[in-house]
Amino acid sequence: MSLTPTEPINIIPRLKAETIASIVKKGVRLDGRKLDEFRELTIIPNYLPKAQGSALVKLGSTQVLVGVKLEVGTPYQDAPDEGVIIVSSEFVPMASPVFEPGPPDENSIELARVIDRSIRETHAIDLKKLAIIPGKKVWTVWIDIYVLDHGGNLMDASSIGTLAALMTTKVPKAEINENEEVIVDKATSIGPLPLNRKVATVTLGKISDVLIVDPDNEEESVLETKLTIAVTEDGLIAGIQKSGQSSITEEEAIKAAEIALQKGRELIDKVTQLVESSAETVKQENNNSAADSASNEASEGEGVEEGSGKNPEEDSGLEKDGGLGGSEVSLKSESKE
Amino acid sequence: MGGKGEKPKLIMEDGKRHDGRLPDELRPIKMEIGVLKNADGSAYVEFGKTRVVAAVYGPREAQPKHIASPYRAVLRCRYHMAPFSTDERKSPAPSRREIELSKVIREALEPVVMTEMFPRTSIDIFIEVISADGGTRTTSVTAASLALADAGIPMKDLVAAVAVGKADGVLVLDIDQVEDNYGEADMPVAAAPSLNEITLLQLNGVLSMNEFKEGLSLALKGIGEIYKIQKETLKNKYLQVEGE
Repeated sequence: MSLTPTEPINIIPRLKAETIASIVKKGVRLDGRKLDEFRELTIIPNYLPKAQGSALVKLGSTQVLVGVKLEVGTPYQDAPDEGVIIVSSEFVPMASPVFEPGPPDENSIELARVIDRSIRETHAIDLKKLAIIPGKKVWTVWIDIYVLDHGGNLMDASSIGTLAALMTTKVPKAEINENEEVIVDKATSIGPLPLNRKVATVTLGKISDVLIVDPDNEEESVLETKLTIAVTEDGLIAGIQKSGQSSITEEEAIKAAEIALQKGRELIDKVTQLVESSAETVKQENNNSAADSASNEASEGEGVEEGSGKNPEEDSGLEKDGGLGGSEVSLKSESKE
Repeated sequence: MGGKGEKPKLIMEDGKRHDGRLPDELRPIKMEIGVLKNADGSAYVEFGKTRVVAAVYGPREAQPKHIASPYRAVLRCRYHMAPFSTDERKSPAPSRREIELSKVIREALEPVVMTEMFPRTSIDIFIEVISADGGTRTTSVTAASLALADAGIPMKDLVAAVAVGKADGVLVLDIDQVEDNYGEADMPVAAAPSLNEITLLQLNGVLSMNEFKEGLSLALKGIGEIYKIQKETLKNKYLQVEGE
């Protein structure tokens, strides 16, 4: 059963709540952002050594880790020659004082299903290319979203993480033996996961009848309604989810979609840039220091050790940040002034 | 839900839909309230082959007590599909889909229920989909809103809902299961028409900005028609009482 939540996600002083609610009317936010501005975004692609694709995303203080695993499975009967996508999310108890251990709650299920729909409906992954033995064996793409620190707007952080992780995903080599069994060689990849299109969500919160992009958790404890809009790189609306206790008007819905289309495309560009620039860095590192081959293997084949003191990126001039570490690339919000 | 198989034609040469409706035409609608004796309020709503029963209990003491709020009534909502409601038998255990829909349906009703009048209580909404042929969440919202009114719970407005879809490139109102399965988009919308407020908005599928605008306006037009039937249904019950 779905129950009206009575515990706020984040208890903030009434004075602060009132301030947040009143200053947005003047176009100002507590952390100095513009109404349509995302928080600083950092992505560490290929964060996990044992996943086929992964990314650690930091959006402000929100941290989300997304892992993509490819496993051999059976296709759905109604799509025998297509791979299968399964999206799950875990709101682990360490991520927030209000998260409890146990099976996923409605918020977690909603998040995973909204992300799932955004990539499924846009055919973001070319599932036709994921058949191994058509009708019998296909690749199952498991996308697991792991929320590590809840700083607000888990939806967009998860969507960014999913996009980045899918962009880094490599399809392992699979061979069919004489008994029609699939033998997987996870150490060897046959290439990147085939993607048709890039999708990202943009979440807008409504506070005092003003729409704000990427609400942090203080803003989330003030706002009553959120609208998540998934957009594609080619400018289409690929999914909508209204959530929260309150309502929106028709004009607000349209305005939100317009903002989302603009911001979403910027976001997709930025994610692409962050993922690709990091891939180039890894390549360069490999060329530069052939002697230090052990550390290079760690950053490519095996991934990057968490919190490793010595990092190949340290002298590459890239900005370093707090939180979980690794080979990390970050860009300041473009629209920041 | 449902298979892909061979895609049937969704829009015929004459511009009509596979079941003979015009693009902006609703399915045949039936509504009835007070259909259950035990519940404080109840409603039965039918959109074509989609049939839903909704029941409301409360405001009553919130159980377990820790869920209660000293400021307002809490809403509890369960959307559930009967095992025989679908083509293949559906397991009665709540699926992830039903958990999500229970949430969005509750959130579609929250804005209109005057919960502040009943602190420390819960208002429980139980929805059973008896027969599913597309548009079950919107039919559920429409039925639940009637059941709340039937229970005499003060509300700012009724909520009515309908889905707009895109079938063979055409925006169509009140999609059924075939149009949902083989269409390009499904956008359920719920609104409180007198308040001018949208209380549920989802989109599953891909639309351009213009299609979204047009679709939203088409949905709100359909909602206006459904809202009228809701009000008549409520009035009729009291006319009958008067007549007795």
